[in-house]
Amino acid sequence: MVDEYKPVLLRRVGRPNSQSMDTYLQDGGYQGLRKALAMKPAEVVDVVVASELRGRGGAGFHCGVKWKFLPKDVTGPVYLCVNGDESEPGTFNNRVIVEQDPHQILEGVAIACYATGATTAYFYLRYEYGECYRTLQTAIAEMYAGNYLGKNILGSGFNLDIHLHRGAGAYICGEETGLIESLEGKRAWPRIKPPFPATEGVFRRPTIVNNIETLACVTQILDRGVEWFKSIGVPRNPAHPNDGGSYGPKLYCVSGHVNKPGLFELPLGITARQLIENHAGGVWKGRQAKAVVPGGISMGFLSSAELDTPLDFVGPGLAGCLGLGTAALIVIDDQTCLVDVLYNACRFFAHESCGQCTPCREGTSWSTKILKRIREGKGKLEDLDTLEGIASSMGTIPGTTICGLADGAAWPIKNALKKFRPEFEDYIKSGRCTKMRELTGVHEREPRTMDQQTVQLNYQTIQQH
Amino acid sequence: MSMLTEEIRIKIREHFSRYPSKQAVTLPALHLVQEHFGFVSDNAMKEIAELLELSPSQIFDTMSFYGFFRDEKHPLGKKRVWVCRSLSCSLRGAEDVLLEACERLQIAPGETTADGSMTLEYAECLGACDGAPCMLIDDELKELISADDVVAAGVRSHG
Ligand SMILES: Cc1cc2nc3c(=O)[nH]c(=O)nc-3n(C[C@H](O)[C@H](O)[C@H](O)COP(=O)(O)O)c2cc1C
Ligand code: SF4
Ligand code: FES
Repeated sequence: MVDEYKPVLLRRVGRPNSQSMDTYLQDGGYQGLRKALAMKPAEVVDVVVASELRGRGGAGFHCGVKWKFLPKDVTGPVYLCVNGDESEPGTFNNRVIVEQDPHQILEGVAIACYATGATTAYFYLRYEYGECYRTLQTAIAEMYAGNYLGKNILGSGFNLDIHLHRGAGAYICGEETGLIESLEGKRAWPRIKPPFPATEGVFRRPTIVNNIETLACVTQILDRGVEWFKSIGVPRNPAHPNDGGSYGPKLYCVSGHVNKPGLFELPLGITARQLIENHAGGVWKGRQAKAVVPGGISMGFLSSAELDTPLDFVGPGLAGCLGLGTAALIVIDDQTCLVDVLYNACRFFAHESCGQCTPCREGTSWSTKILKRIREGKGKLEDLDTLEGIASSMGTIPGTTICGLADGAAWPIKNALKKFRPEFEDYIKSGRCTKMRELTGVHEREPRTMDQQTVQLNYQTIQQH
Repeated sequence: MSMLTEEIRIKIREHFSRYPSKQAVTLPALHLVQEHFGFVSDNAMKEIAELLELSPSQIFDTMSFYGFFRDEKHPLGKKRVWVCRSLSCSLRGAEDVLLEACERLQIAPGETTADGSMTLEYAECLGACDGAPCMLIDDELKELISADDVVAAGVRSHG
């Protein structure tokens, strides 16, 4: 079943001129927006509620429920912020979809604004995505020219402006209140919640923050309907009272030690093993996977025994990971040292912690220092307990920090020491040290999955169906 | 003497109508200035503050948070090259690439070559992990790179 799935969100990737409004309209684009404009805003919200779409940015919150958190009968502006800060290591789906199919996202922005009553949207895009920036500039200009933006859109009486706003290279701007602070021109220090952005967000006004892929799903839900969306993925499991269901398609990123790294659109619930073996060409050099990051480095690690974990909103959590996150897999082969991998993860968080909360600022930097010392052959066995102590004391889950970056920093440590502890102990006992270089790597180039040729082939086969 | 050209001032003012607060124009203004000069000087900060009706310390506070912006003591070279060092790229040799490029260019990450042709830095995940190892030249992505590609990025700017 899963292997016969035909991409929807990525269906236009590789089509010649896929970025232009003309081809988008030829392919049936902006039908979702037209349908939405024919409804009342509250009805559009109800459609998204009924679809049980969950946010694709990492937290998995129900999109329609979030929209409903906006105060009723609000006077004055409501804002939509598009979260295009994608910086979670391993994740690149937002970039590909914006570069290849910007109108699909912008249509979702327009629908979301209509539904929530926003007449201004800020598209916060990480600075590094220069190609996305230029693609979006062109696409937004085309929308104004075609009256899909501006005043009285398509004669509906609805007005909307979308402004692009470039970030400046900080992971924390992806946290929704860090994004809001950054947009306001300040340092990106996440805010204490509540109040949540829906009550008081950017410029102290009610604000909805949504991920790029979430908005692509909104476009397709309006166009294809709730039934289509809910026919894909994994229904809620009555055995788990907290299961909110995992409906719809998902963009899975696969990178690291596989033969064909790439981006794959599949129904939620595919297992890590299926993804690696059937889609990403298997582990490279005939090796085995030792560990797999299930959803961006913040989510921790699956061990080789846990590869049959379904990658939906429930599976990774049951395997002890933080969650599905961004559904970005990083495959680590059996010739790689987990001490090096964990050091790389800790160093990332130490670099990106905004420094506001002591447990996060100190925890991320000390865990990095301890791992550095272990890698220099000067580790002690007690260091592992210290690391575990650090990991269990920082984050919103133990309640010691303002935002979830610290949980993301803690999880790789927790999972590595729980699932791979003997490797760490051996490393310390043998006094082994990794040479000066960080992760000594392998230079051979493997063919990529998303090269233009395969993409075009994919596109043709999809069209033939 | 004013630091910001009239052209930059006009471009900064063009942003005002997009936001309900002038402070929100801080990042756009810093980008415009850094793109033009390769750094943001103390005087430029003061002038941005005047335009946005803020105090210079507010501009400095924001600017110093983002490692992206350079002050006048640390100007950028003609090209800014970022090599990704996050996990997917590291697993495919990015740290070796960066190390070799640093050795060949005789600079450490964050520094600029003596001829000013290139500033070389490390980056965290650039969002192109399927093309690991990768780098950004200013804001253009290059995937599947070797140390040769990194070194060549600076040479090209002479042309
Ligand atoms: C440290 C941190 C970084 C985040 N980075 C991103 C990001 O780059 N993109 C994103 O969409 N969400 C990111 N999020 C999640 C956002 O806070 C927020 O939940 C999301 O943008 C909501 O959109 P969604 O409901 O459509 O997923 C991050 C969260 C944390 C704690
Ligand atoms: S948890 Fe870390 S990143 Fe988040 S607000 Fe606190 S210090 Fe900043
Ligand atoms: S890890 Fe290098 S681009 Fe993502």
